Amino acid sequence: MKHKTTLLAIGLAAIIGAQAYNASAQPQPLKEGVPSGPSIDNYFTPSTADVMKPDDQGFIRRWLLLDPISKPNRSNTVFTDSYLREVFAKEYFPNQLTVLPKAGSKIKVEVEKQAPVNLQAGRPMMPPPEQKPIIEKATLEWHAFDSKLYNVKLFRLATGLNKDRYGVIFWAVTVINCEQDMNVRLAVGSNSASMWWLDGKEVLLLSGDRRMVVDDCASSIITLKKGKNILRGAIINGPGMSDFCVRFLDENNQPVKNITISNK
Amino acid sequence: MKPIITLGVCALTVALAAKDANAQIGKPFIHDPSTIVECDGKYYTFGTGGGGLISADGWTWEGGAERPGGGAAPDALKIGDRYLIAYSTTGGGLGGGHAGNVVTMWNKTLDPKSPDFKFTDPIVVASSEYDEDCDAIDAGLLLDPTDGRLWLSYGTYFGFIRLVELDPKTGKRVEGNEAINIAIDCEATDLMYNNGWYYLLGTHGTCCDGANSTYNIVVGRSRKVTGPYLDNMGRDMLQGGGKMVIAAHDRVMGPGHFGRFIVEEGVEKMSCHFEADLDFGGRSTLAIRPLLWKNDWPYAGDLLKDGVYEIESERRGYALELAVDFVRMQNARMRFFGRNDTTPIKPVESQKLEDVQSTWPAGDVAVRAGDYMTRPHQKWSIVALPEKEGFLGGSYCKIVIEGTNRALTAAANYEVIASDYTGADTQLWRIEQLTDGTYRLMPKQAPGVEGEVVLVSTGDSTVGLGKFDMKSDNSKWNLRNH
Repeated sequence: MKHKTTLLAIGLAAIIGAQAYNASAQPQPLKEGVPSGPSIDNYFTPSTADVMKPDDQGFIRRWLLLDPISKPNRSNTVFTDSYLREVFAKEYFPNQLTVLPKAGSKIKVEVEKQAPVNLQAGRPMMPPPEQKPIIEKATLEWHAFDSKLYNVKLFRLATGLNKDRYGVIFWAVTVINCEQDMNVRLAVGSNSASMWWLDGKEVLLLSGDRRMVVDDCASSIITLKKGKNILRGAIINGPGMSDFCVRFLDENNQPVKNITISNK
Repeated sequence: MKPIITLGVCALTVALAAKDANAQIGKPFIHDPSTIVECDGKYYTFGTGGGGLISADGWTWEGGAERPGGGAAPDALKIGDRYLIAYSTTGGGLGGGHAGNVVTMWNKTLDPKSPDFKFTDPIVVASSEYDEDCDAIDAGLLLDPTDGRLWLSYGTYFGFIRLVELDPKTGKRVEGNEAINIAIDCEATDLMYNNGWYYLLGTHGTCCDGANSTYNIVVGRSRKVTGPYLDNMGRDMLQGGGKMVIAAHDRVMGPGHFGRFIVEEGVEKMSCHFEADLDFGGRSTLAIRPLLWKNDWPYAGDLLKDGVYEIESERRGYALELAVDFVRMQNARMRFFGRNDTTPIKPVESQKLEDVQSTWPAGDVAVRAGDYMTRPHQKWSIVALPEKEGFLGGSYCKIVIEGTNRALTAAANYEVIASDYTGADTQLWRIEQLTDGTYRLMPKQAPGVEGEVVLVSTGDSTVGLGKFDMKSDNSKWNLRNH
């Protein structure tokens, strides 16, 4: 009997735990006096119609950024190559590898539900391991932003827009305009794992529990063609501070600066 | 019974040999160790959660160090006649809020048994809010030897590593001092100064994942303590840069939390923990390695492995050898150098011990240095003896001619001989890698000598014992496994 009672207690605790996790769907306000996080204005300005070039170190700062897609992960140690290929192959929205979105446009996406972060609680409550993800529909918006820093601080995009900050996938798209064909390497640092495509073709995968390091990974030699080239990235993170930096390097390993960046 | 006991001894010997016998012994279990600090002849290091380890010789470590306050990742520093401890009250809000405090406190001694052992109340010197680009954990202290100023680095992967200035007299934050961002992508930072450069050590990779932890320690350097700290590629640590100092190897994974200990000029150690030492059941374990310097970059030396070595003088490159007759290899010279020889090529065997040993005198034999010819009288077997006590980062070794019991022995009048091994202190050698990658060899005891002496070249071809001098190649040796 003792064994059965124990089993029953464990079962009940699991159910209660699951319900508590699911029930905490409303954002939990900070205690009075707890300062809110930094403003999004510290990190981004809305893209203008002005021509934009890479910065003096070649970093690309103009991006179309999608609100984060909720994809909870307790740890980043799951970001193996095969996990990432599976996750990034999933179609979250139509034509996700070819679409050039419009700033301000909204899309409906199926996401995995997660409880909002309680900043006073330390580590977050994660769903019980045996629970299947609860899928819900979310409306996400594309934003056209210029990053004030060389690195695009996706974490602060999320907190600044009051979106999910941990356990997320970000999509980023930009247009690279060239006056002539050029052979280059795409150099990326990202927090955490990410995958990158040029005109719909995969060119780089950053796997593992990774942090944003300048020139962490470089693609094979690829060709930026004369005219427009669409560069796209998907960045996934668990409990970390999502972030990426991107530039192109020429055959002498120097940053490419004779290009312009646009949202169209 | 005798054969069974012998078998048991053999089995134990094999078991010891299978383990890397050159790692610290005792119970060196700790996570996030502070810099090792010496107090009244003993070594101390403090860790996450409170408490820490004590060692009388730097080789055998046991628990027993006391640090109140719990929290995480302390650092320790001796200033004047007192000890300053810094630690964080939280362990980092991974995936949650990031409010944290770094505190400092003093003690006159680290010995918990001393009547003077009493920590002052901790005072907050650095903080982070719930949601700013920093999480105030992982304290690292530096007392600048050039101007006496005291600095504290702190932070983790969430946001920036920051630097603040403290008052070395009080341990408090200097009035008006603003925190500066100096790095990203790391935690467990530490600062050091050497030869005109300031160094920021940081731990990259994933913590706390046992044998799967990718923790590794990197460094950047700056001419100013306030940065910028650049790596070997000229990349700022604010861009995630860092040059490798130590990573996983052999059966240890996940090094983190660097600390530096200067033994004397030319002899330095680094400490850290390994997230998993497989020989210790995968436990998080204190590790001590030689700290080497090359082109003003620090990096970890390796533990010396048991093996057969040429002991080569840095002075002239001659090999330590028994003073015995050189025995010629027969058939080792070919007519016209073999140019026109059409006989099938067959490898020639190396000279073996049994070819020459009968020509060696019995008993004690003098030792000298000569052209290395890969001959048996020049090949030394170095074997660690973990049970024979140790020193900071190593255990004593015996050094015997391979295949024999003829041991390198410190003798009277600053001489060195080869004598039958008995385990006497004159036959136990402390072998330490110096900061330039060479080694010094120090006998545990030299007859009639007060203080420490090391193996020295007295001439190109003669050796003896003398005072260690890092500025002289006479004191230095290379160990070549070839």
